[in-house]
Amino acid sequence: MFALAKVQQAAAAVGRQCVSVRSVRSVNTLRALSTGHSSSEHGEHGNDVYDIIISGGGMVGTAMACSLGFDPNLQGRKILLLEAGPKKEMDQVPEVYSTRVSSISPGSATLLSGLGAWDHIVNLRCKPYQKMQVWDACSDALITFDKENLQDEMAYIVENDVIVAALTRQLQTLSDQVEVQYRTKVVKYTWPRPFQVADSIPWVQVTLANGRTLQTKLLIGADGPNSMVRSKAGIPTVKWNYDQSAVVAVLHLSEPTENNVAWQRFLPTGPIAMLPLSDTQSSLVWSTSHHHAEELLQMDEESFVDAINNAFWSNENQSDLVEAAGSLFRHALSILMPNGASTRQLPPSVAAIGPKSRVMFPLGMGHASEYIRHRVALIGDAAHRVHPLAGQGANLGFGDVVCLTRVLSQAAFNGKDLGDMQHLLEYETERQRHNLPMMAAVDLMKRLYSTNVAPLVLLRTFGLQATNALPPLKEQIIAYASK
Amino acid sequence: MFSKKSVRLAGFVFIKSRLKWPIPVIKYPTNECQCAVLKRSHSSWTGHKQQTHSEGKSRGVHIYSVRHVSSSTLDPAEVRKFQVLANKWWDIQGEFAPLHAMNELRVPFIRDNLLTVHGGGELGRPLAGLRILDVGCGGGLLTEPLGRMGAEVLGIDPVEVSVRTAEMHSSLDPALRERVRYRACTMEELTEEEGNEEAFDAIVASEVLEHLADLDTFVHCCYCMLKPGGSLFVTTISRTQLSYILGIVMAEQVLRIVPRGTHEWDKFISPVELETLLESSGISVQSVRGMLYNPLSRCWSWQQSTAVNYALHAIKQKEEPPHQTPAED
Repeated sequence: MFALAKVQQAAAAVGRQCVSVRSVRSVNTLRALSTGHSSSEHGEHGNDVYDIIISGGGMVGTAMACSLGFDPNLQGRKILLLEAGPKKEMDQVPEVYSTRVSSISPGSATLLSGLGAWDHIVNLRCKPYQKMQVWDACSDALITFDKENLQDEMAYIVENDVIVAALTRQLQTLSDQVEVQYRTKVVKYTWPRPFQVADSIPWVQVTLANGRTLQTKLLIGADGPNSMVRSKAGIPTVKWNYDQSAVVAVLHLSEPTENNVAWQRFLPTGPIAMLPLSDTQSSLVWSTSHHHAEELLQMDEESFVDAINNAFWSNENQSDLVEAAGSLFRHALSILMPNGASTRQLPPSVAAIGPKSRVMFPLGMGHASEYIRHRVALIGDAAHRVHPLAGQGANLGFGDVVCLTRVLSQAAFNGKDLGDMQHLLEYETERQRHNLPMMAAVDLMKRLYSTNVAPLVLLRTFGLQATNALPPLKEQIIAYASK
Repeated sequence: MFSKKSVRLAGFVFIKSRLKWPIPVIKYPTNECQCAVLKRSHSSWTGHKQQTHSEGKSRGVHIYSVRHVSSSTLDPAEVRKFQVLANKWWDIQGEFAPLHAMNELRVPFIRDNLLTVHGGGELGRPLAGLRILDVGCGGGLLTEPLGRMGAEVLGIDPVEVSVRTAEMHSSLDPALRERVRYRACTMEELTEEEGNEEAFDAIVASEVLEHLADLDTFVHCCYCMLKPGGSLFVTTISRTQLSYILGIVMAEQVLRIVPRGTHEWDKFISPVELETLLESSGISVQSVRGMLYNPLSRCWSWQQSTAVNYALHAIKQKEEPPHQTPAED
């Protein structure tokens, strides 16, 4: 459940693992894009007007491009995806796991299979898990989430690079529908007036680093947490840093296990999570103070492994008072609801870490106060960035893709100008209604578990245990997080 | 016959509803009338209104006189006014907001009925391959969506300045440039031109009929230019006591939202009258639906009652009509 938000720093550090650009194919899809061709042929007559330009070809931006390209009502529209980085292709997965992984909910998996990308992901590499256990370092309180009888997958841990590669492959099949420009940087956006004034260009103008200027009726900003589209459009964001950093690494387990559980433990310094990658490997996401993160990064491998095992197993933060109260409460609950509680499982122990897989990056949260402007829409981390603890980052972004595609498809069927505020507002309202409660809940969890003050510990102990004993409530939570 | 029944039924519903008309609704027609008036008051801006009226009566559909684009060089003051007007037509929140909002109803109404008659176009362009005439296109508010859906659309309006606004607005969109054309002319002029006989798969007259002096001629023109089996779409205001009270008495005399004499109730036409007129001209009515504008939510919704606003779809019969067409003029 603990996806990593797309973070540039991490990208730079781990990029070496996955990406190789196969020149033959790139040339193939880039055929239409050679700059000379378009400027000479179309420039003057304004034929560089696109219906939709998507800025940012990460997981969410590429999914958006595929989703729009496959939509029947948007056939024949001019759609362009701009990505600053190189094309990310992958014929087979690299031996070493990437540290940048996402938890993909069943809802997101449905989107990806609708786009035809899920088969590629399954063929490449992904790890389903059936259960999640969340527990507290300061008490014995725990909560487990699982689908009935452990039959269905609760979610999947997938490397971000695998997701992008699978979507890229699908995007290639859409070359008639969606134009893609890799290694293309935007240097400037020029916004239109809200309604037409004579002699002014009514579209968003996108100036590229190569000097070319494109026009689009709708600009979709999928350019990540530091979105340039968002800042240039002057959309304010509510954001704060958690004063925390995340340390990520690939873990090798002591012995092979079924490894179908996602583990998360709340330490007073922040949550630590172990996400299954395979029978013998897991992915670590450890949120902690900047200082502690630095220390963890400097340690030799052996002490780092010890620190991880200690973080999952140690009882040093527990106090007798909370212990006693918690066990009393749990006992009472088990009398009231004999079937409610679930047994506690122990996480596997870690033997080693993947070579050079340790990376850290700062954590923050941000929410754009508006997702849309006239002829502009924000999706994914550009609109909202969450703490990785609930693993919702990628899923919220894919939810945006589903919603925006539906809204634009309907608008096209009704002959509307795709950049009109009217239907974009529909997108904003629907997504904020879903994203905000999720973000608030994640933020609250983070804050509630960042303390070891006894009353709060007690409160969360009772809360967690009570929730755990109430299957209907848990099902609600799972259903909401599965969207 | 079925459609006649349904119209009568709608009329009946209206009579019932008139008896217990809820007060908040009274706000509505004033707003709608205001919008209709604005459409018209812009034409008076050219200073031809007085003259046009008498002319209109004698020549049928001519309500506004036409000034030809080529005849004058541009006066800077006129250009400024023109720009102001252009902004108004396309300001979604502005004076024409009710007309923009009406697209939510009338565009799907036209699209779905055309899809029923002609079958689907191509993916992404449901109306591809159809030729549509948009009568009284104004700034092109309805013309553009029809063009985006793939139809080849000709928008005409006697008010030259509106046509130029529409032209300028659509010229910037390459997708529309190929499909949408505008002309400042009247229905009669168009009908008389060569090549326009039975040239259109559909004719759309949205919020136009209430401004026409001679409906017979208008219907005759429609008949001439429609292909056999082609569709006529109309949205307009009904002629009922309610529309008189709300549209004329309240809006013009009590609340004075619009200048006196703006609307002529006589020119409104009820769905039953319109259907009689169309049927006698060989155009058979397929469906009539009432519409209601809520000025608070700024949304239109479909209604059973056709007491104030309604939308109508009719099809030109494939065989010759009974010979009652207006040959009087």
